[in-house]
Amino acid sequence: MAIPLSLGQPAGEPRRLPASRALARMGRAVRSNHKATVGTVLLALFILVALFPGVIAHDNPSLDAYKPHLGLSTAHLLGTTAYGQDMFAQLVWGTRNVMIIAFTVGLATTGIAVLVGVAGAYLGGLWDSSLGVLTDVLLVIPLFPLLIVIAAYAHGGGTLLLIVVITVTSWSYTARQLRSQALTLRSRDFLQAARVRGERRLYIIVMEVIPTMTSLIVASFLTNALYAILFASSLQFIGLGDPDTVSWGTMLYWAQNNAALQTGQPLWAIAPGACIAVLGAAFALLNYAFDEIGNPALRPVRRSKRVRSA
Amino acid sequence: MRYALRRLGFFVLTLWVALTLNFLLPRLMPGNPALAMMGKFHGELTPQSLNALEILFGVDTHASLGSQYISYLHQVVTGNFGTSLDYYPASVSSVIGSAIWWTFGLVGVSTVLAFILGTGLGIVAAWRRGGRLDSVLPPVFVIASAMPYFWVGMVLVLVFGISLHWLPYVGGYNVTGDTPAFTLHFIGDVLSHSILPALSLLITTIGTWILTMRNTMITTLAEDYVRMARAKGLPGWRIMIDYAARNAILPNLTGFAMSLGFVVSGAILIEYVFNYPGVGFMLLQAVQGEDYPLMQALFLLITVAVLVAILLADIATALLDPRTRAAS
Repeated sequence: MAIPLSLGQPAGEPRRLPASRALARMGRAVRSNHKATVGTVLLALFILVALFPGVIAHDNPSLDAYKPHLGLSTAHLLGTTAYGQDMFAQLVWGTRNVMIIAFTVGLATTGIAVLVGVAGAYLGGLWDSSLGVLTDVLLVIPLFPLLIVIAAYAHGGGTLLLIVVITVTSWSYTARQLRSQALTLRSRDFLQAARVRGERRLYIIVMEVIPTMTSLIVASFLTNALYAILFASSLQFIGLGDPDTVSWGTMLYWAQNNAALQTGQPLWAIAPGACIAVLGAAFALLNYAFDEIGNPALRPVRRSKRVRSA
Repeated sequence: MRYALRRLGFFVLTLWVALTLNFLLPRLMPGNPALAMMGKFHGELTPQSLNALEILFGVDTHASLGSQYISYLHQVVTGNFGTSLDYYPASVSSVIGSAIWWTFGLVGVSTVLAFILGTGLGIVAAWRRGGRLDSVLPPVFVIASAMPYFWVGMVLVLVFGISLHWLPYVGGYNVTGDTPAFTLHFIGDVLSHSILPALSLLITTIGTWILTMRNTMITTLAEDYVRMARAKGLPGWRIMIDYAARNAILPNLTGFAMSLGFVVSGAILIEYVFNYPGVGFMLLQAVQGEDYPLMQALFLLITVAVLVAILLADIATALLDPRTRAAS
């Protein structure tokens, strides 16, 4: 712990940066952290595939135009399904649905989390206590059974339903994290200064509090996007999505329905699951990297510099 | 004491929210989904069970929402969840009774195992900072925690069930060749059927314990009292266990409660993959068969189980950590 000096910036208080400089600093941090680099490259790859799936997969993913149960070949890189669809095309085109869900839910839940967490903590009083209780209640009710029940009453639904339902139920975890960080900020000097300057509360929240929390907000987006992927593909896997969507979760649903593992078509189930795992790992790696960037104590120690003290 | 009362109050509040959600959901959906379900079974139900279902789902009633709510609460609190439509004429409560123990055994044992193993590995990884364990474990489990639970189950089925023929992967015991009895043979059969599902749960949940334990342990190791213990020349294992780990484990215990929701959702999917005769498999069957009374009851059962576990973990934290008592 350094002793706070009167140099304008007390030690231990995050330096307040304009959002653009905070982002630039984040860019440098990403390049210097291995986990972050791997995560960024993987995520960028998936985004490219989701944007331009036609470039690498020329077949129509829904068309059952081929012989079923074909093995691996140059014409069908991963073979065909029991319905005669090209599996590689399904995998590539399915990326789009997953990415849409991940980014929409990630952004929407983070928006709600910022609103509930930061605004509640800053405004205090009745707002804070009621929003806090709401967050805590949602946090402990098991989400996946709740999602199953809602989707079942809705008789399964398209991607939009999945997005809405997952967003409404799963913002609480990150809202709570943001809230506790915002609470520690509330009494900081730079906010006092803004209040003394006579700034409006909205201005203080948007221009002063939120930029300070950029890295935690990015981390909360990554967490929520990861959960969105896992929740959505799980719901699609058990048949509570629209089975006609081209998506990794629906591929798994059809693979399970056709007993793909038992009938010698393991790739039908293994490939989409592996894609979910890799995409999820990209988000998780970025998330842990941000944790390390934000908390230097957790960074891996270099072995050469290790000092054995025992 | 005040702390325990506050947690109890929160428990009751959450329970009430869950009950109310359960009441509102079918009523809020466009075109009450229970209506179609009731139509299918209309001729077969006795007037008594029909009435119970009407109260649960708000079908064919002209009562106001408020009085519906009161009779719903009364019925649920007295444990009447109506008749299961898939298992007609069995009541929902009797159908669920058999499934609970399977899930309790599977999820309970693998969660406790994951907690003990994961916490232990986390302690060692943090203690040997930068050592082999510490450089291998975190990245591996960062990736493992992003894998869909059910997919891990499918891979295990493929490798150990279908390719190697080492272990059974369907059901809770050998249904065709075995009758449930308290014999060594049957117990062995149940155990061998539980290995793959338990392993899937273990693989997907252990990473969280390792990482959180490692990270709190690292913070604790920097504390003054640890340095003091070193200065006194205490043996390394005593510092590791009695000084650092004992204090670092508390956040992990709170995390244990928080993560139960995730463990439960994982268990539902894993039971589905392995056709394991537990609560999760039954829930998904009820969804597919549109057996809404059974689905509602299972949702409430799972929620209550998670809430009770959280309450217990809260009480354990209060007993172990004097600071929580002092704070209230």
